[in-house]
Amino acid sequence: MRVLGWIYLALAYGFIFLPVGALVLFSFQDGRLPVPPFNGPTVKWYADVLGDRDLMAALVNSLMVAAASSAVALVLGFLAAQGLARVALPGSVVMRGLLIAPMTVSYLIIALGLLSAFNHIGLRPSLMAAGIGHVVINLPLCFAILFAAMGAHQQNAERAARDLGASELRVLWHVSAPMLRPALLAAFFLSFTFSWDEFIIAFLLTRFDVTLPVEIWSMLRSGLSPATNAIGSLVFLVSVALLVVLEFTVFRKVRK
Amino acid sequence: MSIEQAERRRASALVAPALLWTLAFFVLPFAGMVWLSLGHLEGREVVAGPGPENYVRIFTDPSFLKGIRVSLEITLVVTVISVVLAWPLAWIIAMRVPQRWQRLALMLAVLPFWTSYVVRSYSWALVLGANGVVMQALIGAGIIDEPVQIMATRTATVIGFVHFFVMLLTLTIYSNLVQLSPNYARAAADLGASGWQVIRLVILPLTLPGVMTGAFLTFVLCIGDYITPQILGGNNELTLPQLIMLQLGRRGDFPMASALSVVLMALVTLAYAASARWLKMDRV
Repeated sequence: MRVLGWIYLALAYGFIFLPVGALVLFSFQDGRLPVPPFNGPTVKWYADVLGDRDLMAALVNSLMVAAASSAVALVLGFLAAQGLARVALPGSVVMRGLLIAPMTVSYLIIALGLLSAFNHIGLRPSLMAAGIGHVVINLPLCFAILFAAMGAHQQNAERAARDLGASELRVLWHVSAPMLRPALLAAFFLSFTFSWDEFIIAFLLTRFDVTLPVEIWSMLRSGLSPATNAIGSLVFLVSVALLVVLEFTVFRKVRK
Repeated sequence: MSIEQAERRRASALVAPALLWTLAFFVLPFAGMVWLSLGHLEGREVVAGPGPENYVRIFTDPSFLKGIRVSLEITLVVTVISVVLAWPLAWIIAMRVPQRWQRLALMLAVLPFWTSYVVRSYSWALVLGANGVVMQALIGAGIIDEPVQIMATRTATVIGFVHFFVMLLTLTIYSNLVQLSPNYARAAADLGASGWQVIRLVILPLTLPGVMTGAFLTFVLCIGDYITPQILGGNNELTLPQLIMLQLGRRGDFPMASALSVVLMALVTLAYAASARWLKMDRV
């Protein structure tokens, strides 16, 4: 029984890491095809990828869209969570439901709705349009995380600050935000990774300037290539680095 | 104006921007899409409805019906396999792996979760192809003589999906397992239950809410996904999202794409209704 457990664990890890392992290994392939046999290591493909103008432009676009859309989602979510946690407004259950609702709808449907709407008002596909879409998917996430993180002790501190004459903005900036710092960071970074990785909304709502997943998608059309492996491995590396940083900063503090 | 009224006014002002955003960029476009689905395409022009033409076509045209069936079949198979594979994995990590290694074990088990979704599907195309690692290893081991066609079939789609959702479900089931008090298992063991009985009769039922929540998430994400079936499944049998994208691309048939999206939403809603009594969405 005990041995079976360890065998299962090993097999599961094997299954989980098989594609990623192959991805990284064959990004160093000295040859045109990222399949066995492995011809020995080369960093040629990484040089190719890093020198590729379109890819690097897409990478910068992705970073911009992710940062901007996460920031907007965070601010909107933070304010809404503050408002709804403070007093029982008439219809607060409905409002909460409405704010969470986009979470339950497929990205494809959100993208299609926005595409039709933007077509209707004459807004052309652009990074801005994709960013708006990313705020729509990340706002529920930020709101839910921050709403769950708010507690009574924080409301007391806010009330005390207000009683002492602090303006609304000062309360939010000097009292609420610092108290919610771990949750704010977690919400921001989660939003960032979701936006960074999002494909279908960006695919439908951008045209000439595209984000990285869309650019990678167009690379796939030309079939398997070690270059795709290389850019995939780089993206993986960035995500893992981000995760490690998060683990040792935000989440460690949350658990304390 | 009383203090309470002032507080309410301030609170409303704080909620307003997020609500307006959601109304403008989610509710309105969604309503617009439903309205659009009631129109139809004549030549290249969208004729405004309301009329049931698209829905009649969806439920009579074999290719659309097949799309719905394929989507449901794939999603159900993926959900079941993923739960069955993820539960023991989560259990082993929560109960067998020593405390100090648990977090590392969990992080490792879900690490590829954080790779780009497009890249993850591509990596499966890489290993499942005729020249890929899997086939070459099987041939090398003498198990098969020549490559078996997996790429561009439903099997490849299912494998790609299962890989993703095993990681997601391991996370949700693990967090459920570690929240359980060890006293339940101890009490059952004291009363004479075998190790297997404890798992089957005590722990498994207690994790049901977490499992159902994870399964529902899997269902929603799986049935709405375009990337995995498009990269791994090929064009032999199309899923609903693939059909939606096909409508957009080939003819620019927005009304039909919208109608298919409404059908997709309806399927998700049905799944929600079917599993609602087990779901505890607030705990996700």
